Amino acid sequence: MSTITVERASRWFGNVVAVNDVSMTIAPGVTGLLGPNGAGKSTLIHMMAGFLPPSAGTVTLDGAPVWHNEDTYRRIGLVPEREGMYDFLTGWQFTLANARLHGLADPQAAAARALDTVEMAFAKDRPLDTYSKGMKQRVKMAAALVHDPAVLLLDEPFNGMDPRQRLQLMALIRQMGAQGRTVLFSSHILEEVEQVASHIEVVVAGRHAASGDFRAIRRLMTDRPHVFLLRSSDDRRLAAALIAQPSTASVELDARERALRVYAVDFQQFVRVLPRLAAELGIRLYEVAPSDESLESVFSYLVTS
Amino acid sequence: MNATIAMLTWRALLGRRRAALLLALPLVLLVLAAGLRLTGVADLEASRGVLGALVLGTLVPLLALIIGTGVISPEIDDGSIVYVLAKPVSRATIVVTKLAVAAACIALFAALPTLVAGLVMARNEAGVAVAYAIGTLVGGVAYCAVFLLLGVVSKHAVVLGLVYALLWETLIGGYVPGARTLSVQQWAVSVTSALAEDGAVTANVRLAVAVTFLVVATVAATAYASRRLRSLTLTGEE
Repeated sequence: MSTITVERASRWFGNVVAVNDVSMTIAPGVTGLLGPNGAGKSTLIHMMAGFLPPSAGTVTLDGAPVWHNEDTYRRIGLVPEREGMYDFLTGWQFTLANARLHGLADPQAAAARALDTVEMAFAKDRPLDTYSKGMKQRVKMAAALVHDPAVLLLDEPFNGMDPRQRLQLMALIRQMGAQGRTVLFSSHILEEVEQVASHIEVVVAGRHAASGDFRAIRRLMTDRPHVFLLRSSDDRRLAAALIAQPSTASVELDARERALRVYAVDFQQFVRVLPRLAAELGIRLYEVAPSDESLESVFSYLVTS
Repeated sequence: MNATIAMLTWRALLGRRRAALLLALPLVLLVLAAGLRLTGVADLEASRGVLGALVLGTLVPLLALIIGTGVISPEIDDGSIVYVLAKPVSRATIVVTKLAVAAACIALFAALPTLVAGLVMARNEAGVAVAYAIGTLVGGVAYCAVFLLLGVVSKHAVVLGLVYALLWETLIGGYVPGARTLSVQQWAVSVTSALAEDGAVTANVRLAVAVTFLVVATVAATAYASRRLRSLTLTGEE
């Protein structure tokens, strides 16, 4: 059982701050590192994997710093995001080379076991450059697992995978967590993270925005104020009726858009009330569109709350 | 030394177009040597000209540039070096192993063809063929160590290497005698001169100076490359 501790870590590149004063503890089990693109997820993972020193603060594995400490790789398995991986080798040769580099007592057995775990034994004699994205991802996973590490770090493992490969990898990650490993993977898709991780760390614009159980994060994300754009057969009458509802904070008649802009404070209640109200008043709803559903706005709300 | 790293380096280096280039350059030399021999022009003088100007002056720096940067730059560029670095292996072992692979390539693609070309042209008269082959080897290894370091510290290793070989060694070294003291090529010439019969090859740098600099350059470049590799950072999301 291993724990990664990030303590007040910052990382900047010139004038750009990629990670800003982040503290988090990654314990055994599966943790999802969630955040929009460019939030600093990769920077954090690279610091945890010893491929980037924090500009300030510390990143330690079981108390020992990861940077400039080649010995920690006995306990860390890293699945990088990039595709470069000695494409001229076969899956077997690649996994075996990784086992040998770890100086394992029986590299052949370790490589065979790792390829079995990721269910890639069937294609092990094909060169890597003939593999699909999902197959490559699984062989990368096998390479990270050859030495049976306590910690597994995966950088955007689901990127570019088809739905079936995604499900397979999710099952594999859950299995790794259930075995007591400390598994951390990054993603910018909430649905992906909540299906695998019991614990979620959210980073936005380099800052640690939220931390906790996925249900709590999900609630934070759906309970925020929502802005809707409505078009109906009678905007003014609908506006009057909506403002009487406690779930609505304000209503604006947008003359240029010829629509209603509604600011809802209670998302769950608002989406139940709106159709009922329209039906009661005999108003026809032509369009109900959330106007700030972009992931960035969801995340930025998390940061300010 | 690490056999797995050697295997990965060797296969990555000799894959694709690079192998063709590494074979083509010495082939040109051998064809030229055979041509000179067949037309009857080949003698000690021609042999010295070809082995000195063409081999030590052009072929060796070029081959060493391809090999020295080739043993590490492509892996850093495509990110595959991560699989070697994320292991409990000392960074010095990685660099020394890669340099050893580079040295083997220099022996195969530079020193051996030089020996053959020299023998074809002048049958090792005045010990010139063997001397140039050894000069090629030691100079080539020193070049490789420097270019390997460039590969670790810069994304533009090939350009920097060319600037050094062309601008410093050829242009500045050609006009400013002092610059020759800091020229891998001149150190290699000095070693060659010492191994050949007296007066067969003229050196600009004293042997003791040349040997010292060859050793210092190779060792220092390797040590510094190991240090820089230890601090190699990955910056994703690019």
